[in-house]
Amino acid sequence: MRNSTLTDTGTTQAGRTGAGQTGATPKQASAAAAQNIVLRLLRMRETGLIAIILALFIVMSFASPYFLTWVNMRAMVMAFAVEGIVVIGMTILLISGGIDLSVGSVTALAMVVAGWLFLAGVDPWLASAIAILVCTGVGAIMGFFVTRVGLHHFIVSLAVMVIARGICLLATGGRPLGLFTLPPEFKFIGQGSIGPVPLVIIIFLVTVVAFDFLLRKTTVFRKVFYTGSNERAAAYSGIRTKKVVFLTTTLCSALCGFAGIIYMARFGSAQPTFGIGMELNVIAAAVIGGASLSGGTGTIFGAILGVVLLSVVSSSLALLDVSVYWQDIIRGSILLAAVSIDHYLQKRRGRK
Amino acid sequence: MQHAHCRPNHPLPKTDGDKPMTDDLLLKITDVSKSFGSVRALRGVNFDLRRGEIHALAGENGAGKSTLMNIIDGILRPDSGEILIDGQAVTIASPTQAQQLGIGFVHQEIALCPDVSVAENVFMAATNVSRALVMDYGGLCAKAATTLGQLCDISPATLVRDLSISNQQLVEIAKALTLECRVLILDEPTAALTEKEAQILFGIMRKLADQGISIIYISHRMVEIFDNCDRVTVFRDGQHITTQEVADIGPDDVVNAMVGRVIDDLYPPKLDAADRSDDMILEVRNLTDDNRFHNVNFHLKRGEILGFAGLIGSGRSEIAKGVCRLECSVRGETFLNGALLTPRDYQDSIQAGVVYLSEDRKGDGIFLDMAISANVSALDLQRVSSPLGVLNSAQETQQAADLGRMLNLKCGCLSDPVSSLSGGNQQKVAIAKMLSINPKLIILDEPTRGVDVGAKCEIHRILRALAAQGVGIVVISSELPELIGLCDRVAVVREGRISGEVSGAKMTEENIMQLASVTDATAA
Repeated sequence: MRNSTLTDTGTTQAGRTGAGQTGATPKQASAAAAQNIVLRLLRMRETGLIAIILALFIVMSFASPYFLTWVNMRAMVMAFAVEGIVVIGMTILLISGGIDLSVGSVTALAMVVAGWLFLAGVDPWLASAIAILVCTGVGAIMGFFVTRVGLHHFIVSLAVMVIARGICLLATGGRPLGLFTLPPEFKFIGQGSIGPVPLVIIIFLVTVVAFDFLLRKTTVFRKVFYTGSNERAAAYSGIRTKKVVFLTTTLCSALCGFAGIIYMARFGSAQPTFGIGMELNVIAAAVIGGASLSGGTGTIFGAILGVVLLSVVSSSLALLDVSVYWQDIIRGSILLAAVSIDHYLQKRRGRK
Repeated sequence: MQHAHCRPNHPLPKTDGDKPMTDDLLLKITDVSKSFGSVRALRGVNFDLRRGEIHALAGENGAGKSTLMNIIDGILRPDSGEILIDGQAVTIASPTQAQQLGIGFVHQEIALCPDVSVAENVFMAATNVSRALVMDYGGLCAKAATTLGQLCDISPATLVRDLSISNQQLVEIAKALTLECRVLILDEPTAALTEKEAQILFGIMRKLADQGISIIYISHRMVEIFDNCDRVTVFRDGQHITTQEVADIGPDDVVNAMVGRVIDDLYPPKLDAADRSDDMILEVRNLTDDNRFHNVNFHLKRGEILGFAGLIGSGRSEIAKGVCRLECSVRGETFLNGALLTPRDYQDSIQAGVVYLSEDRKGDGIFLDMAISANVSALDLQRVSSPLGVLNSAQETQQAADLGRMLNLKCGCLSDPVSSLSGGNQQKVAIAKMLSINPKLIILDEPTRGVDVGAKCEIHRILRALAAQGVGIVVISSELPELIGLCDRVAVVREGRISGEVSGAKMTEENIMQLASVTDATAA
């Protein structure tokens, strides 16, 4: 049916960026397409972030002798690797048009549930699996309130943030659970390394690569973009949008649970007050990396660059002996600046 | 000058284009240019407006109409050129300043505060100008009632949220009237109005013109321009093409000036009697949702295009969504090519090849900030992915390229966001999305709303070609000339029921309006 009425017109075609050119384009168009890709790369938010991070690296390697050392780099990556897993969940949720303020509490909940079960005599692996399931359940409950009851993500997750934290404190009496008897093979998740590389970093990288692929290349996650970009249009395209939102909400909490278990293995304890204020850092990273609070845009790669930027700044400030109190002020300012610049550039692009 | 001509449903008497009026210019624009980056939106255009005239401004999307109006309203600043009001050069730096100069602008998109009363909305702009500290609500309501009284009988205390779209549009117009403007710009004000409301609006426009207010009237509808305006100016590609007395030219001249080529036939030829077939594509029996429509029966035969007419709110869109099981639960039977369809929801309906093109393109038709190719593939991602659900971008781009070529889509790159396209091309993307699944039946709700003449003509041709290939086409439209020109048969919906069907020589505006009007049989 399609080929019968084909007429030649000025329609140019070019492949999607990131996917690579697959020889389908005509010859004369390919030069233009190559130029197009260069332009696009320059315009991409990721390019700007990488430039800023590199600049910081260069400045800091002159400013502090300890910055560009293996020990400092390792510590820096360790610091953001686990939080990075939560950022992935948050980014996907933001793309679908939601938001989750409960990530810090739910991460702590995973630690407390697993720690408490372990102390009660449950096998640590089983205890961890149960804890991740509990967190997934918490996400499902939030998803229920958002999609079936019709409340806003912000309110539902605010309530859950407080409730989950309350449960953590109630179960532990507010004191950390010492888990010194955790078997070494369990602690290995958080403390071991393969060769010179800590396992935590490997887990982080694998998760990043996996979700980056899923988000860019699979139909299931494409529906997340449709839903966040325009929920009504998605429904009018036959997409079951409530299901999509339910799943992204649940996934975010499940990833929090996963992160909580890694933290527990790393610290050898379960801390009921862990992750207070984490949501702000996580949302900031995702937004700096290009996720929009109104949904529809965002990439895993960008969000991870956001995390990297924030932790390079933190690490730099610490090395430069800047007061902890200043660090918050500077982090907040970076968020504001990054988002403002992006907004300005988008507006200029839109006007053109 | 104080004639109170207000007879709805009749072409209104026009002010004579007498000599004395000719030089009484209220607004004169000379050699105005405006560029956005490399795009030259206006290239040295001239435009003038006489006191008390209704001046139509016509042009395809992107011709520069909106840019010029935004310059007059102070939203944009011209790069060069001069604006004279009452012979004096002025700089209009902001919409507030435009208000002070007596310029009122009713935008196409409704911009009201839904949660406050009509009265407060009507005086929103006036409140902004006023220096009083405390609002006088009683006075406000009384004044709003007076202003609204000229237009319609909406109570000033109603919340805007509770009004229909057409009533909201009237509130917008009332809002502009409170500013005691000398120039009133109306940007496609009738897009959301019913025929009757539009006639009332035209009556009011003439009354205002008789009081000496000059009106700039932007519309795509030739009938409205020729029945109600004094002069018409045509823009094309950012240039002024012509300004003429309406009496001196015909609709075809305006359309040709707009597109820059002769459009010999706006509508493709209809189905030949010889090509008629008795194969039933669609048969709907006793479709009911117990609420907005009842016992709807209609059918569609192979090769024909069926039109759906009816006033806004008659239930025509709801019936279409009901057939597709979109956002509603219905009872009744639908047969597609003779087989009974039992979709649970829209997803099932799409699988069966039955799709609905929404009337609200930006609201629920397309994903503005997503790539063109991703928009086209949204209905069925399985077509462009492996069995495991991994997307094949080359295939996705190819699909968009093929359909884009078929629909003559003009775009830079298929990975650009749809927001980079003009209205007509956005609509083509929405149609490409429907075609991507090789549908068996497409119901198109206002397929050419806000689309320029050239693209409109192309869309009509495509629909006819699809029908000839055996795809079922049902078109819903508020524009009667479109239904009559395009369709082989028109079913008319009134209060959730099909009140009649017309075809062949009986397909006239009068007959359709008669079937569509509720009690007012004298509408024609």
